[in-house]
Amino acid sequence: MSDETKPGLKSPLRRKLLMGMAALPAVSMLGRPAFADVPATSAVNTTGLAVTDSEVTVGILHSVTGTMAISETGSVEAEKLAIEQINAAGGVLGRKIKFIQEDGASDWPTFAEKAKKLLVNDKCAAVMGCWTSASRKAVLPVFEQYNGMLYYPTFYEGLEQSKNVIYTGQEATQQIIAGLDWVNKTKGAKSFYLLGSDYIWPRTSNKIARKHIENHLQGCKVVGEEYFPLGSTQFNSVINKIKLTKPDVIYAIIVGGSNVAFYKQLKAAGIDLSKQTLLTISVTEDEIDGIGGENIAGAYACMKYFQSLDNPNNKAFVPAFKKMWGEKTVIGDVTQAAYLGPWLWKLTVEKAGSFDIDKIAAASPGVEFKGAPEGYVRIHENHHLWSKTRVGRAKADGQYELIYETADLVEPDPFPKGYQ
Amino acid sequence: MINSRFFNRSELLGFLALAVLLFLILPLSLDIFRLNLVAKYLTYAFVGIGLVLCWGYGGILSLGQGVFFGLGGYCMAMYLKLEASSVANTKIQSTPGIPDFMDWNQLTALPFFWKPFHSFPITLLAILLVPAFFALIIGAAMFKRRVGGVYFAIITQAIAAILTILIVGQQGYTGGINGITDLRTLHGWDIRTDHAKFILYFVEVVLLFGCIVAAQFIRLTKLGRILVAMREQEDRVRFSGYSVANFKIFAFCAAAVFAAIGGAMFTLEVGFMSPSFVGIVPSIEMVIYTAVGGRMSIFGAVWGALLVNFAKTSLSESFPQLWLFGLGALFIAVVLAFPNGLSGIWADHVQPRIDRLLASRKSKSAAGMIADGAPAE
Repeated sequence: MSDETKPGLKSPLRRKLLMGMAALPAVSMLGRPAFADVPATSAVNTTGLAVTDSEVTVGILHSVTGTMAISETGSVEAEKLAIEQINAAGGVLGRKIKFIQEDGASDWPTFAEKAKKLLVNDKCAAVMGCWTSASRKAVLPVFEQYNGMLYYPTFYEGLEQSKNVIYTGQEATQQIIAGLDWVNKTKGAKSFYLLGSDYIWPRTSNKIARKHIENHLQGCKVVGEEYFPLGSTQFNSVINKIKLTKPDVIYAIIVGGSNVAFYKQLKAAGIDLSKQTLLTISVTEDEIDGIGGENIAGAYACMKYFQSLDNPNNKAFVPAFKKMWGEKTVIGDVTQAAYLGPWLWKLTVEKAGSFDIDKIAAASPGVEFKGAPEGYVRIHENHHLWSKTRVGRAKADGQYELIYETADLVEPDPFPKGYQ
Repeated sequence: MINSRFFNRSELLGFLALAVLLFLILPLSLDIFRLNLVAKYLTYAFVGIGLVLCWGYGGILSLGQGVFFGLGGYCMAMYLKLEASSVANTKIQSTPGIPDFMDWNQLTALPFFWKPFHSFPITLLAILLVPAFFALIIGAAMFKRRVGGVYFAIITQAIAAILTILIVGQQGYTGGINGITDLRTLHGWDIRTDHAKFILYFVEVVLLFGCIVAAQFIRLTKLGRILVAMREQEDRVRFSGYSVANFKIFAFCAAAVFAAIGGAMFTLEVGFMSPSFVGIVPSIEMVIYTAVGGRMSIFGAVWGALLVNFAKTSLSESFPQLWLFGLGALFIAVVLAFPNGLSGIWADHVQPRIDRLLASRKSKSAAGMIADGAPAE
């Protein structure tokens, strides 16, 4: 079975974990007195999860092979970092976290199969995982049926809420509305051209954007809306249309490898992003790595986290991440959200005083994480996070410069009234 | 000349071994999670059996069987989704009573082609007839014009790609790349419980044996002989007065129907359907299962689907980052070393020994039996 002695792990961590494992028998021989306040397993685990006196097992379920691997690797790394830090700080209810990693292989049914394995076979107390909406939709019935707990890191389209999922990324309104208000107010933008890859997240996001532009922003209008198949690399015709209609803002939700073609063709067509406002909600530092900073410099992105954020939590997080995974790694919005998963779970378990899924689900609302790299976050009754919306401007070195952030945390609203 | 017995002795042995394995050993030894996985693997065996008929015997290599697997699967999924989208279950939507993804895509009424899937009997018919009809159109268009061989393989692949793009693009009607998810009940019976999974497994195995017998029947009739003759010397068959195109169309349609049954069972076993089973990659994988099992052997196809998928699961559980390389190496090794697949290994190495053992005991010639198992190449 897969465990922490995986070849993919960089050696320092591996050595540490091996040392940790070697120490485990000693710990269990010492028994209770080693951790004075460790509650009995029978009391904190009444439903047969994989919890022992010294250990608790969680699952990590992401694609490490296939087309999504490039996006999901950051999440895996962040989750492993969080788990290591939690273990170094004494674990959860006195128990070290052990993780079992499974590969979703960028294939939705494989995600469902592996999710079932993690819940039914391995009895994982929680699972950190999934990235695309399609993979989440595939595993959701599994988590609901076998009563598991999923910490899902990606910003997504909303329209979902489950007792068995904590959404640590933003739902669509958190990412869209504040950004549109900002661009309208500070740039005086009146006309918008909406672009997107053709699947549920960009379509739903653009629907919300359109409703907000038409109904809530004075005198603003959408002058075009177009979608492209996933993986598409031909954007010349839409770029020509953009040149003709001259929108104040290009609003782009293009994902994956298509981004590279889109921004390069935009540049080649002579659209200068230092003059033409472009606002995206789909390009994080990870994507810029592929696009090339010089091709996208000047574009604005609306996220909740940028690697460049200047706060004490982030100043500790970024070096720790780079120390574990290499100097060249970049940290995007989703990677940070994935890092929140294990921590929120730990805090919730300690609030509930139990690993039981039902108790965790009930205890989740109101759980606060003050150490989040993005700043303070809190879980809402609807299992999404209260977080700030931020606008950053891409620089040629591949980093974002923070331009604007909302004064307060934005309430998550997965079923927004008036936007459906 | 038709064999006087339906199965010769080695086939009977294979039939019994498979029956014991699927009806007794696996259900008794595996927990319900693993048994459900086996059920998932077996859905590909249906496709494999069809491929043995159309590729192994008929010589028609289709790289688009995922299309038929998907059509069968989507027909079943549409029925299950409509049942799961009752007005009571979908109260929070702006239009209750339609599937959730339609609501997200601003559809306000059920599209006309979804309506027949309210009825279970029509759904069952559609699972068989829609893919058969589709195969008939493709087959008629291709074979009547004498498009064959590599060109046919390329065209089937193109069709698989087109269908995927169509499904992904029309997400308001099809669920897009997410597929049709969150399926709950079949005719009021909850398919998500362990008990239901157990029953579904047996339903599937019975259906599988039904398909094996049907395929064996086709193989043994004059039709099967003509398929082999066509593969070897198409012109001679044509000059002998047979309509080659019609026989090819039949084999292709039969393979499509088998694949569709597999697809429908897949939806029931896994609980959802998505375009990732329709496209080029899954279609080629299905051909690989058959090649590993042995494209001349009906039982080989079943074993191939079981073993390759089992290897896929266990390799990916043990080596999440490296498993794809291992699987690739396995395919290369099998194809290079054993071009006739597992059934070739059996026929060339295991069978002769068994025969020799039996022959020495019964002092009877085993020559006749070996000839039956080997392809006429």
